Amino acid sequence: MNIIHYWRAMSGIIGRELWRFVTQRERFISALVRPLVWLFVFAAGFRAALGLAIIPPYETYILYEVYITPGLCGMIQLFNGMQSSLSMVYDREMGSMRILMVCPLPRWFLLFSKLLAGTGVSILQVYVFLAIARVYDIQIPWQGYLWVLPTLILSGLMLGALGLLLSSFIKQLENFAGVMNFVIFPLFFMSTALYPLWKLKESSVLLYQLAQYNPFSQAVEMIRFALYGQFNQFAFIYTLIAFIVFMTAAVIGYNPSKGMMVRKGGN
Amino acid sequence: MSAAIALSVKDVSFSYGNKKALDQVSFSILAGECTLLLGPNGAGKSTLFSLITRLYDTPEGAIQLSGYDIKKQTRLALADLGIVFQQTTLDMDLSVQQNLNYHAALHGMSSQLAKQRIQEELERLNLYERRHEKVRQLNGGHKRRVEIARALLHKPKLLLLDEPTVGLDVPSRQAIVSYVHQLAKEQKLAVLWASHLMDEIASDDHLLILAKGKIKANGTVEQVLQSTNSTKVEDAFNHLTQDERA
Repeated sequence: MNIIHYWRAMSGIIGRELWRFVTQRERFISALVRPLVWLFVFAAGFRAALGLAIIPPYETYILYEVYITPGLCGMIQLFNGMQSSLSMVYDREMGSMRILMVCPLPRWFLLFSKLLAGTGVSILQVYVFLAIARVYDIQIPWQGYLWVLPTLILSGLMLGALGLLLSSFIKQLENFAGVMNFVIFPLFFMSTALYPLWKLKESSVLLYQLAQYNPFSQAVEMIRFALYGQFNQFAFIYTLIAFIVFMTAAVIGYNPSKGMMVRKGGN
Repeated sequence: MSAAIALSVKDVSFSYGNKKALDQVSFSILAGECTLLLGPNGAGKSTLFSLITRLYDTPEGAIQLSGYDIKKQTRLALADLGIVFQQTTLDMDLSVQQNLNYHAALHGMSSQLAKQRIQEELERLNLYERRHEKVRQLNGGHKRRVEIARALLHKPKLLLLDEPTVGLDVPSRQAIVSYVHQLAKEQKLAVLWASHLMDEIASDDHLLILAKGKIKANGTVEQVLQSTNSTKVEDAFNHLTQDERA
């Protein structure tokens, strides 16, 4: 009886999120345009400027477009994670987060369901992106599309949990724009999404270190290896730990007795 | 006796930092009773609602819904609660039915039961024919009605309404006021209705007057009028809250 309740609630939350995503066509298109611009324009421009050595998981020299593809998958999930938390700030302002929070289920479960819903949406986006990338001749082994799925679930959850954590701190939408700048850009640019670690090390050891311990880097590496049928254990564990830490902090943030809700409250 | 108490608030205090929002608040609401919570802005009404719905923790005092402690038996307590917030909480891009289905899912209702309950509640509010319309297309009064229908889907024992008629025209307001009073009587539903509009009060309602976090009056309309030597609720309200509003 109880498990059925959980199942129905989770299906309801995921169904609502997917439906909203499918009906909001602009959101779907803009989510795709961003990585495609990077792939078609940025990567094409940088192809000549950046020489890449052969590094795992690649076994031959690769084009920059090929290198950047897993990073762009991560980018889709990063933006999506932040966007779902943006929608949560919006939801809370609009009150529908309150409706969710007063339903008779544990709060962690509701937040996790919300997170899973956002991850589902981001995975849809990633696969559409990968399909377009294939047409653009980014060849990934066919089984890679399957291998990457579990890693996308984990990276989506980790980035979504980060967004969730941020949303528990932010009261108003205006503040969120600042956080986007302070979170998305540093996470993205100080990572292995655009350039390999050894390239970074050549220019700055500090940047190299930051990029190495950036959870987004590890999520991207996990995706990169999975696309080529390999399992990057370190990246997987690192991402998993990051997810657990962010999720725990987010649950505390939304906890009525310990969290930010009380401090943010007002009449 | 205790089974008939739908909501019990006992010695509840709450502060935002140094600012005391609620100070030793105690009252209870019985099944079938419609209680109007009146108070000037900043009286602590929204804080009280946030505590009853466990959006905030209750650091001092105890709140029970249908006999369940909101802190220790949160889920059982929340299962008996229906709520309409001050701001609309419907998803504008979804249809009436989708919004209600979402709520039914959150309360673990089967799709068959949800369908039946949605039909019952919407028919009562003459909105069943409009169930496939997007919420965005409804007027303010109809949106409010959908929210009331939603709050009642899971057959709660206590209905909380946080100034639900704000921004509505007079006929829509009157329709909602009489509908909620009828619900309380017919379905033995306990209602706690935060308001600042005196014309929403019926003669057999209970009044709870809150000012600066303290209960200033708690009783039937008649009792409150007697205790303040007033003939109108408005006068009684002004009399009881004049210090706080000065």
